[in-house]
Amino acid sequence: MIRLDARIPEGPLAEKWTRFKATQKLVSPANKRKLDIIVVGTGLAGASAAASLGEQGFNVKVFCYQDSPRRAHSIAAQGGINAAKNYPNDGDSVYRLFYDTIKGGDYRSREANVYRLAEVSGSIIDQCVARGVPFAREYSGVLKNRSFGGAQVSRTFYARGQTGQQLLLGAYGAMMRQVNAGKITFFPRTEMLDLVIIEGKARGIITRNLITGALERHFGHAVVLATGGYGRAYFLSTMAMGANGSAIWQAYKKGAYFANPSFVQIHPTCIPVHGDYQSKLTLMSESLRNDGRIWVPKKSEDAEALRNKTKLPADLAEEDRDYYLERKYPAFGNLVPRDVASRAAKDRCDAGFGVGSGLAVYLDFEDAIKNLGKDVIRERYGNLFQMYEKIVDENPYKTPMMIYPAIHYCMGGLWVDYHLMTTIPGLFAIGECNFSDHGANRLGASALMQGLADGYFILPYTLQHYLAEEILVPRMPVTLPEFERAENSVRDNIHKLFSIKGKQSVDAIHRKFGLKLWEMVGMARNKSGLESALKEFSALKEEFWKDVRVTGRYDEMNPELEKAGRVADFIEIGELMARDALQREESCGGHFREEHQSDEGEAMRNDDDFMFVAVWEYKASDREHEMHKEPLKYEDIKVAIRNYKI
Amino acid sequence: MSNLFTSSIGKKLIMSLAGLFLIVFLVVHLGINLSLIFSDTRESFNKAAHFMSSNLLIKIVEIILFGGLFLHMFYGFYLQIKNWIARGRFYSINNYSQTSFFSKFMIHTAVIITVFIIIHLSDFFFKSKFSGEIPVVFYNGKSYHDLGILVIEKFKIPGFVIFYIVCFIFLAFHLLHGFWSAFQTLGLDHRLYTPWIKVIGVLYTILVTAGFTLIPVYIYFFM
Amino acid sequence: MDFTLKIWRQENARAKGRFVTYHVTGISPECSFLEMLDILNQQLIDKFEKPVCYDHDCREGICGACGLYINGRPHGQDDGVTTCQLHMRRYRDGDTITVEPWRAKPFPVIKDLVVDRSAFDKIIASGGYISVSTGGVPDANTILVPKEDAELAMDAAACIGCGACVAACKNASAMLFVASKVSQFAKLPQGRVEAKERVKKMVAKMDELGFGACTNTGACEVECPKNISLSHIACLNREYFKAKIL
Repeated sequence: MIRLDARIPEGPLAEKWTRFKATQKLVSPANKRKLDIIVVGTGLAGASAAASLGEQGFNVKVFCYQDSPRRAHSIAAQGGINAAKNYPNDGDSVYRLFYDTIKGGDYRSREANVYRLAEVSGSIIDQCVARGVPFAREYSGVLKNRSFGGAQVSRTFYARGQTGQQLLLGAYGAMMRQVNAGKITFFPRTEMLDLVIIEGKARGIITRNLITGALERHFGHAVVLATGGYGRAYFLSTMAMGANGSAIWQAYKKGAYFANPSFVQIHPTCIPVHGDYQSKLTLMSESLRNDGRIWVPKKSEDAEALRNKTKLPADLAEEDRDYYLERKYPAFGNLVPRDVASRAAKDRCDAGFGVGSGLAVYLDFEDAIKNLGKDVIRERYGNLFQMYEKIVDENPYKTPMMIYPAIHYCMGGLWVDYHLMTTIPGLFAIGECNFSDHGANRLGASALMQGLADGYFILPYTLQHYLAEEILVPRMPVTLPEFERAENSVRDNIHKLFSIKGKQSVDAIHRKFGLKLWEMVGMARNKSGLESALKEFSALKEEFWKDVRVTGRYDEMNPELEKAGRVADFIEIGELMARDALQREESCGGHFREEHQSDEGEAMRNDDDFMFVAVWEYKASDREHEMHKEPLKYEDIKVAIRNYKI
Repeated sequence: MSNLFTSSIGKKLIMSLAGLFLIVFLVVHLGINLSLIFSDTRESFNKAAHFMSSNLLIKIVEIILFGGLFLHMFYGFYLQIKNWIARGRFYSINNYSQTSFFSKFMIHTAVIITVFIIIHLSDFFFKSKFSGEIPVVFYNGKSYHDLGILVIEKFKIPGFVIFYIVCFIFLAFHLLHGFWSAFQTLGLDHRLYTPWIKVIGVLYTILVTAGFTLIPVYIYFFM
Repeated sequence: MDFTLKIWRQENARAKGRFVTYHVTGISPECSFLEMLDILNQQLIDKFEKPVCYDHDCREGICGACGLYINGRPHGQDDGVTTCQLHMRRYRDGDTITVEPWRAKPFPVIKDLVVDRSAFDKIIASGGYISVSTGGVPDANTILVPKEDAELAMDAAACIGCGACVAACKNASAMLFVASKVSQFAKLPQGRVEAKERVKKMVAKMDELGFGACTNTGACEVECPKNISLSHIACLNREYFKAKIL
């Protein structure tokens, strides 16, 4: 076993990052030219890292499964990006952002990493503005801020409801600039299928060209994974259709440890499910909770009448409405963190107060329109309202929106140390695919912050530190036996998938699996559910490998084959998620164990026994995964019960 | 400035400048023509025609005019061919997008107008320039070519009148999109003023083509 | 709801394509267009046939991956939507729907309804950015941007690079795509610094890649799922002349 060493620099929290940068090893410009870096994924983290590394002078190879790097799913983030700029003079600071993030993560994230995140957050905004991101402005020309869930200050910068898109296009532009300069070679429509390890270090990847189906080998002195989360395992999620966990799962199988796999985030404001043919859930930005009020009927007969459409929401008088978030959490009201808001919605619907199909609550703008006027609301949320109307065919200016929680983000991911390196030397993980910053729950507008922090300001330093030791390593030929073996195993796997010729389509199995995962490892979990999940998932895995039908050929564009490989991995990831959820006998953040709740239904954390990162190690296909613990020490923060009531 | 005119936008710059020049020319042309029907002696018309063919400055402008017309047509056809190549394969169902109707048929109206211009020039312009079979008329003892009578004779033929009117309608179609389009290509776009340019474009088109149509109709029925 | 679908099928870039007619039945009106195609594909898989290939990813109208030419209009008949946001309730039961890929020389068909839009990436690579490197930039609030300019820049920046403008344009012109980037940066002070270089390079690349010339028909504006205005093309023209002549 590799000893888990997070390599956190010595010294006071606020000086750790400065000290690291002051003492880190550097690579001279002449040597940078001799070093190749592979970056997989072109979301905020991948694109910003690739751009920054290219600017530094390294040779970068960038891979994405989409037809263009600009389509990575960071583009779908709507609400905004946090930064401790304190422009509104409302008491924000690096420490407060750090504190809010740790608290929001329910004290399950690593102090030093989170502090560094808060520390570089301001530079991200500077960088993005310099790159031409059209953030919202005041009439004076200065940047505008808004508040977001889980914070009492306004520290969120935004570009209408398309912040993720604008930030990504900024990073994408920076990356394309390096493509133009010849420092980056990029491979669109290319999917990483395996990691190549030579003498214990990550040295390359095996990819499949999604147009021709050809398997290709790529060498790099280091490999950076920026492949996002594995939330698509649930089938219905807000993730992109192609988002997958295969790259990190292959890395896991090759020796990278997986941390807190059961920590997934359920976003409270998604458009509810409307049919079994549905392929995708659509998120409505959390920023809507700034002005919208969430409610369900107080009486269950009203709820039923609303479900049968014999009553309309407007028919209910104010006193018949239950603004349950405002009632339960007076201090934060509708702006409680996501996990709290999600569970509260589930709680109301389970109790029979749900509207729509029964699995929905109202998000009402009636008061906001009354107080602020339609124009202000349109300016703030116009495109979101439009989006809602397109999908649901109802006008949110007139009738309240219906929302329900959905899988949205994975806090869990590959275990990384302070340098963002996994347990495989030379393999780095950045952005959503690592576990490091969000603990058991992520605050709104922090994913964009983390992606860009990792890519623009952290990895370019820590990776250089690693590569300083590699300057004497020559480029390796891809004819080495390690490449050969990896490619062969990928090829065997592909042929195996084709040879099954079963009866069920990949989607059919995925849908079945996803539904189970949602039921048993979703918003609320319990021991017996998780135990049966483990059994059912291994049965489903067997079913998959006996009965899946993959049409077409391997040497052509074949989305069925792509999906099959991803779903095979999702089922295994789901198994590990259930295993992790089972061992964590507490409720924290997005992980809610029904056994561990107060009489009022609030989550009960167990700091004595579970204040650690669960770090899983892959043994072999026929052996149990092994769990290690990275204890979490809070030296600069007082651990408290997360309370959003007062 | 380097290679401005090799770019697609540069070529369109020439087209729009030439187009605007032709738009101005049409007003002058219309003014002179209208003078024909307002005097029985055709004096002002013939005098103007004489001035247009003898003044040095006008001769220079004439060269610019023909140059502009040529460039407008040349680049119009050239870009159209390039545009067809850029499409590659055509759609089986064509675009039903709700856009300005006439903008889709600029090349078609352009072909008709080109044919018209050739016929028009050979009927009047080349005749006056290169063949001597034009009657002569005297005003205050000075002799002038009586181009006016040439025009009146032509417009006594019903088929000729109809042909001209049909061509004017196509010219109107061309102008309805062309007028505003020239401003757009020049980048002259403004939140407040662009809607006015569009209105002026429509008014211009109606007035100019109505004016041109009036001449053969008036001559046919009243002269 | 039942539909008859005429879908363009083409094995690969070199193959000759053709329309194939399919029937789908029992489609819910709440179904999105792509979900309807998913149902069709499930039918094809059940028969051991190859499913129809089409690009899609986020399915919420922002990634720009999807793009089908449906009954003569890119992204279908609705204004301001991408294909994934189009719902079957907009059709009548029994309708025949013809689905084609984007058609443009610079967007060659890869398979079925999938086209290669890497030409757009090449245009961006030629200059669609502000040439600052990471680090060493001033504090964000030292660059003041008038609210109106920021809004206009955002209007332009909303482009998702789907290619509907090229598909809709009778000239297969990419002017609206190029304009959206040029105009975004032209309206921001931090983008003005290299405005001239940017517009020259991007227009040259656009021409080189074989896109057509703009004739101001406005089809791009109508079909743009993000409603990007034609006035940005005027801005592009203006910027181009400024760069070339002044």
